[in-house]
Amino acid sequence: MAIISALGIWGAGWFVNTLLARSAAAGTRAVKLLVPAIFGLTLLIMWELLVRMLEISPVILPPPTMIANRFAGEIPTLWADFEQTIIKGAMTGYIIGGLAAFGVAILADRSDFLTRGILPVGGFMAALPIVGTAPIFVRWLGSDWQSKAAVVAVMVFFPILVNTVAGLRDTTSMQRDLMRTYGAGYWATLFRLRLPAAMPFIFNGLKIATTLALIGAIVAEFFGSPTVGMGFRISTSVGQLALDMVWAEIVVAALAGSAFYGLMAWIESWVTFWHPSQRK
Amino acid sequence: MKSVLPILTIVAAIFLFWIVSVVPMNMHLTADQAQRDGLVVSPETPVERQAYSGIGLTLMNTGLIGRTYLLERPRLPSPHQVGFELWDTVFDKKITSRRSLVYHGWVTLSATLLGFAIGTTLGILLAVGIVYNKAMDMSVMPWAIASQTIPILALAPMIIVMLGAIGIQGLLPKAVISAYLSFFPVVVGMVKGLRSPDGMQLDLLRTYSASPAQGLWKLRLPASVPYLFASLKIGISASLVGAIVAELPTGARAGFGARMLVGDQYGQPMVTWAALFAAAITAAALVGLFSLIERWTLRRMGMQAA
Repeated sequence: MAIISALGIWGAGWFVNTLLARSAAAGTRAVKLLVPAIFGLTLLIMWELLVRMLEISPVILPPPTMIANRFAGEIPTLWADFEQTIIKGAMTGYIIGGLAAFGVAILADRSDFLTRGILPVGGFMAALPIVGTAPIFVRWLGSDWQSKAAVVAVMVFFPILVNTVAGLRDTTSMQRDLMRTYGAGYWATLFRLRLPAAMPFIFNGLKIATTLALIGAIVAEFFGSPTVGMGFRISTSVGQLALDMVWAEIVVAALAGSAFYGLMAWIESWVTFWHPSQRK
Repeated sequence: MKSVLPILTIVAAIFLFWIVSVVPMNMHLTADQAQRDGLVVSPETPVERQAYSGIGLTLMNTGLIGRTYLLERPRLPSPHQVGFELWDTVFDKKITSRRSLVYHGWVTLSATLLGFAIGTTLGILLAVGIVYNKAMDMSVMPWAIASQTIPILALAPMIIVMLGAIGIQGLLPKAVISAYLSFFPVVVGMVKGLRSPDGMQLDLLRTYSASPAQGLWKLRLPASVPYLFASLKIGISASLVGAIVAELPTGARAGFGARMLVGDQYGQPMVTWAALFAAAITAAALVGLFSLIERWTLRRMGMQAA
């Protein structure tokens, strides 16, 4: 019975979406937002129905309404966790790591020799499981946000470094010759030509790093934290089998991740308005 | 070939930085130890020494620099100590022993590979669905892209508890997390790849009156191979990170993540560092393996990397 009604809802949602996708209005902005919204809503209703009708214990999977209730009821706690993990841990680390990577990239860029070494080594380091250094940093810097910021800084350093170095090389010899005919020196060429040309690459690195920053800050809290923070709340709530609280934290993480990424994408569209990928 | 020397220079610089950092990082511990061994240390009590930074203390006790590399439980182990620990636990222990990193590596690697296989297969299937079904494209694709901005690894402890509550333990929960992490890069990359044939090529197939299935097998799938490999390389390292993180907060008894945690809890930094490096080497080997397969396959197909 539960399965049949869930399938019915799935079918209805899918039917509406197929109609919308085939309709003449499929290209409009409203429909492009409506279709994924209907799909998400269908999944949520199915989830709620299946959990309620099959009487699945909330210890295994709480229904969405229960999670929403918990979210609404725990906003002060969730906000404190958000502040500790995202603002203090992730953001500080993101800024430190980003500035460090940017500085190293500018310095290394002056030498072709260093650039050729940094690109492959940095790319290699970016693929390594750097989250594993979290217990080491927690031991060195204590369990408060400083150790989280350090883990985040190391994690975001390499993607931003590699992208910035690659971006600074992305000018044609024709463009550089033009700068030379203007009598532009190193700094003028850097600020007027090469940095603007590198911006699409730099923002690519910055966008990749947003998710890494959140992962680093949350996972590092599994190794020791003060009694506040998203990672701390997730691991203690899992221990208490309060899975609705865990899901509420995950909703916060998802919102924060999307907002952080959206912010970077917005700044990018503002800075690199001239790039083909930004043309409307 | 001409980048070998620059790469070696950068690697050497990183190692040099590491070796130099060992001295100030370990100086306080070394000074305490040296005093217990009856040597003269310049500020005489540990409390006075706390007032100095590692570098300051080093300048006052230059005679102790050699000893900073020989601590049994250093704050920062030196490269040779990590190297010995790695060699010892990889080659000098029986593979079945609980102290062997090969044993722990296999525990993590098996979960990684199982999850990677599941995630990749599902990802390719979903990508084919998205390319051939407009409703699916419009409903699923925005979510697939949005999910990339979500710190999925935070879900790891919950997935393990959830699956544990319905009686699934061991390899599978870790594999689920690995699969989840390798799934989205493959979906996004494969959708791009399956759409990479241009209108002219699709029209040509239509003039041959090829069926949609033939279009998939003979044009779209071969054209997507470079994109697939680019995604596979991202996916395999994400899978490994997923499997390691899945071991961390859940009290797993075997695997790289468990070794890191054991080293941390029992104050054996060398164990943590050796596990960390073993994980890094494994990740490098996996990505390298896929690069080799990629190069070989693309050469056989006469294509270029995406």
